[in-house]
Amino acid sequence: MASIEARGLRKAYGTTIALDGINLRVEEGRILGLIGPNGAGKTTVLNAILGLTLYQGELRVLGRDPWTEREQLMRDVCFIADVAVLPRWMRVSQALDYVAGVHPRFDRAKAEGFLTKTTIRRESKVRELSKGMVTQLHLALVMAIDARLLVLDEPTLGLDILFRKQFYDSLLNDYFDRNRTIVVATHQVEEIQNVLTDVMFINRGKIVFSCSMEELESRYLEVTVNPERLAATRALGPIHERQVFGRSILLFDAVNRQQMAEQLPNLGDVRTPSIADLFVAVMGDQLGHAQGATR
Amino acid sequence: MNTQSNTMPESSVQSQAAASPDISAARRFYWSVQRELWETRSIYIAPLAGAAVILAGFLISTIHLSNKMRAALALSPAQQNQAIQQPYTFAEDVLMATFLIVAVFYCLDALYGERRDRSILFWMSLPVSDLTTVLAKASIPVLVLPLVTFAVTVVTQLVMALLSTVVLLGRGLSAATLWNHLPLFQMWLGLFDHLVGFHGLWYAPFYCWMLLVSAWARRVPFLWAALPPLAIGVVEKIAFNTSYFAAMLQYRFAGSPDGDSMDPLTHLSPVPFLISPGLWIGLVVAAAFLAAAIWLRRYRDPM
Repeated sequence: MASIEARGLRKAYGTTIALDGINLRVEEGRILGLIGPNGAGKTTVLNAILGLTLYQGELRVLGRDPWTEREQLMRDVCFIADVAVLPRWMRVSQALDYVAGVHPRFDRAKAEGFLTKTTIRRESKVRELSKGMVTQLHLALVMAIDARLLVLDEPTLGLDILFRKQFYDSLLNDYFDRNRTIVVATHQVEEIQNVLTDVMFINRGKIVFSCSMEELESRYLEVTVNPERLAATRALGPIHERQVFGRSILLFDAVNRQQMAEQLPNLGDVRTPSIADLFVAVMGDQLGHAQGATR
Repeated sequence: MNTQSNTMPESSVQSQAAASPDISAARRFYWSVQRELWETRSIYIAPLAGAAVILAGFLISTIHLSNKMRAALALSPAQQNQAIQQPYTFAEDVLMATFLIVAVFYCLDALYGERRDRSILFWMSLPVSDLTTVLAKASIPVLVLPLVTFAVTVVTQLVMALLSTVVLLGRGLSAATLWNHLPLFQMWLGLFDHLVGFHGLWYAPFYCWMLLVSAWARRVPFLWAALPPLAIGVVEKIAFNTSYFAAMLQYRFAGSPDGDSMDPLTHLSPVPFLISPGLWIGLVVAAAFLAAAIWLRRYRDPM
């Protein structure tokens, strides 16, 4: 069953088009990374999914219309919208009391368990915690809620790499299972490479690239070649090319990877590209098109 | 790590099976009010501070209490009443003024502050409806503040009376005159009526107007709450040389002839007030403002 299904999702703020006909389908048990530059429309997509913003087009989340059935939906959906939205005056114990008081699916013992692994004290106020600790607290609250869909919007923005790693590690180890779906929007792609099952690039309100991680691994490859072999490699039709330390790195969309893999090792080092490499390739193209269009 | 990943799916299945039927609307409302008390501690700290100030002043005044009591004995009974009750009614006035100041600041910030600090995104991630949230916020000036102010006033007046008694007895004087002219219980009945009926229910349109502005304004809610009514009054005055709008606000602020008035002791029966059309018209207007505030919180983009 699809957790999220969108067809022709549109949204305009005045004359600015935030979403320009988004189609997407996220199956249950997947972890989707929605990746795009600032202002690409990531937050608008998520806000539409969460029933926080009005949209045009068709959208079903867990079988419900998020705009008209927001209240019922929030029992099955959890979200962390940005870092540091926890009220600064609140004490940790009050946050636990409140969520336990209003959420039928909140397991307080579980949240307390997560918190004991951190240095967060119960009597601290949110304003006294570091940014990383606030995120840990929010994550502890959210992971203790037995939700079917978790939506994260830039959940680790401004945190150092240790906290970012730890954040996604706990999400995978202590929270995720096959009954849950997670959607993460971010522009920090490095640390979520190994977390995702699916990846989607969004730019200027459009989905410009979409594939599963299995597909990504089987379809794309990257070759690092020395200058003398560059011409031969180029002849195979790379989709992107960049220079690093005098060598060229060429990215291939190889529908028949097997066949390509046999030819390419003779030319240079072959590896599976990272999401970041693909992102640069796809977005660079986009930028090129846009510049071409304005000329 | 291994044991954890093994137990996780199991426990989630269990908790799904044992999922509590649901959380009642009353419980969500209770926690919503609780969170207002956590956030705005001035709801009870301001009246307590007011009481402390009153008691400090009163403690100093007991130095010449025995002279005052002797002087009061020479007056007529009505004047005696007034002289003895004066500090007590003044204490009431101070605490009511505190209540109104806290209510104004609370209402103007209630739905504005959560947008300013973006915590609305946290509140909206939980299954609490906008109706529950806004009603909980409205209940603070309409119900919670009157009750808190009542309780603090009663305790303050009681401490004042006991303090006077101790001082008088300590100087070998009788406290009988004091208690004879201080019908505390009757005063409290009137006070309760006045706080809940007048400052709570009768003023509800003011509070709900400010809540609506705090849900709507992107900046400076205080100005948006104060200036439009002023503008309406000015336009009416210049265009028609009348001041019906100002008179209406005045009537709403100062009290109605058929209902309550500013003096808590003149009115002890709540029935005429409860059936007065002025009260109910006010409540309908308040409900309309609240409905608009709920609509705004629900359907406008949170940021």
